Amino acid sequence: MAESELSIFLLALLAGAIRVGTPFLFVSLGECLTEKGGRINLGLEGILVTGAMTGYAVSYLSGSPWLGVLAAGLSGLALGLVHGVICSLPRVNDIAFGIALILFGTGLAFFLGKDFIQPSAPMLPSIPLGFWSDDTRVRSALNVNVLFFIGVALAFVLHWGLRGTRWGLVLRLVGDHQDSAQALGYRAAGVRILATGVGGFLAGVGGAYLSLYYPGSWNEGLSSGQGLMAVALVIFARWQPINCLWAALLFGAAGAVGPALQAIGIGWGYYLFNAIPYVLTLAVMVITCRPDRTLSGAPGELSLNR
Amino acid sequence: MSDINRRNFIKAAGLLGAAAALPFNPLRAAQKEITVGFLYVGARDDFGYNQSHAEAAAQVKKMPGVTVVEQENVPETVAVQRAMEAMIRQDGASLIFPTSFGYFDPHVLKVARRFSDTRFAHCGGLWEKGKHPMNVGSFFGYIDEGQYLNGVVAGHMSKSAKLGFVAAKPIPQVLRNINAFTLGARSVNPDITTSVIFTGDWSMPVKEAEATNSLIDSGCDVITCHVDGPKVLVETAEKRGAMTCGYHASQAKLAPEGYLTGAEWNWVTPYQEHVRAAINGEPMINFLRGGLKEGFVKTSPYGPAVSAEAKKNADAVKAQMLSGDYVIFGGPLKNNQGQVVIAEGTDYKQTAVELERMDYLVEGVRGQI
Repeated sequence: MAESELSIFLLALLAGAIRVGTPFLFVSLGECLTEKGGRINLGLEGILVTGAMTGYAVSYLSGSPWLGVLAAGLSGLALGLVHGVICSLPRVNDIAFGIALILFGTGLAFFLGKDFIQPSAPMLPSIPLGFWSDDTRVRSALNVNVLFFIGVALAFVLHWGLRGTRWGLVLRLVGDHQDSAQALGYRAAGVRILATGVGGFLAGVGGAYLSLYYPGSWNEGLSSGQGLMAVALVIFARWQPINCLWAALLFGAAGAVGPALQAIGIGWGYYLFNAIPYVLTLAVMVITCRPDRTLSGAPGELSLNR
Repeated sequence: MSDINRRNFIKAAGLLGAAAALPFNPLRAAQKEITVGFLYVGARDDFGYNQSHAEAAAQVKKMPGVTVVEQENVPETVAVQRAMEAMIRQDGASLIFPTSFGYFDPHVLKVARRFSDTRFAHCGGLWEKGKHPMNVGSFFGYIDEGQYLNGVVAGHMSKSAKLGFVAAKPIPQVLRNINAFTLGARSVNPDITTSVIFTGDWSMPVKEAEATNSLIDSGCDVITCHVDGPKVLVETAEKRGAMTCGYHASQAKLAPEGYLTGAEWNWVTPYQEHVRAAINGEPMINFLRGGLKEGFVKTSPYGPAVSAEAKKNADAVKAQMLSGDYVIFGGPLKNNQGQVVIAEGTDYKQTAVELERMDYLVEGVRGQI
């Protein structure tokens, strides 16, 4: 009995890591890209919610969930570009504007999303990787959404792209040392606007995952701060896309701990277990953000380093 | 002196009499207009608790002379105090329906003391004489009757004898539902257990989906819940091939195969009573309760999967409830720690306030408060 409960618990953690972690993965990859360019976009939380709403609405109206994902990404791109452009103006603080964007994005999504709470939109398909097992639990846990694989691939592509391509090098140069980039003739503002826009695109896709796959419904309480947590996650991952992948899986598993423990009969302290992702975020912030030193791997132009 | 006194007395009495007569004047009563404010903790169309309230509010809107103002997504914080104050001062609302449990103490009580002319009909709280202001009232429905019937049907339909319950917070109403559901199921098969998962808040879609998956993974084959919006839960369970019992409103549309039945609110009954009392100038109804019999709650039609035997049993229990003499919580009753919580020979009728202070999970529930 105990053994089977342990296996249920571990299975729930594994499944949770993938199911709950995928939005973290997309948002953190987007934020990683943005921060590599030397800017912080806290507004990804707002973009995530807008993406979730747009994805759901377009999937419902068009009947194609993939079109929904694309629309979600484009809505994120638009909001990301807004952030990028406005923060390129002199004396605009990117953190403050990010917070404004959280409020704007969620408010916009709630306003436009009113009519889409009720209807059921077509969902994204998943790949049944558990076909070899007779156990329905294993099969369900290994029903993995295509977006997860796209996210994983993207982590590796970004990892390679940031090191091995001209684009990646320019982005990192702009993020690390704006003056050098300008001396070499690159326009820092343009690069950053582009990076923030693409970051917004990815966050929008992360939102579409929430509304179109897991939990697979649009309502106003859909996001529980995934967008903000992803910012902490990027710091935790030391601005490395592949580390973002592991960190997203870790945060996903942490989100699954509370329900999984109760399902196997461990009922005490569920408020504590439910809070694990947030505690983890705080712990990451406390450990990594020390005033006496800059973080290893942090882009030099980030406003939190200057 | 005495002459003037008497004259003054007559004058005052005449005025009083005229004032008292006014509300009873049929012409006046028909013209009297009232603004009613509704506050919801979530979205109005969440397939759940808030929708059940908003649907009833839409009915209230149709009553003659009634203007309705609504505000949704009002958190259970000082924000609700501001929202209520705005409805009173700006919209002139004289009757407020704060519909979420957490609004009551301290928010509704605080605002009610400041606006003693306004009526506050709170949904879910427990108004106590002497302790709470007279312009406050609490109303609620005995939806545990619906959850008991859910349990009876689930007890018949479950093959694994394991049921799942996704709950938001361990407050008395939630515990009462978990217990009623479990007692209903165990009235069919005493070996049945209900596993409970608390998500921590009224609307946590990702947690609710995780909880549903975890329950199904641990062998539960009928799932029900007490969260604000059962949509995610019902859809997730349907995808996994598990059966569900609904809550708040009907989710039958979301799970055409696995939806068995559901416990639904019918708030229009208490709403109309309160609005009528306010229009006619009758005293505030401080304590208002009702179940299936009074029309405060109803059940969803049976889904296609429900067996004839389950229907027959549930209908028989329902008939007893409608006649008003069915006791869900009767002694001897043990909690899941093995202690006796209701002594032998004690029967708590639905109206018993002891039940509204419930702080235990009954035998057969796997979970901790």
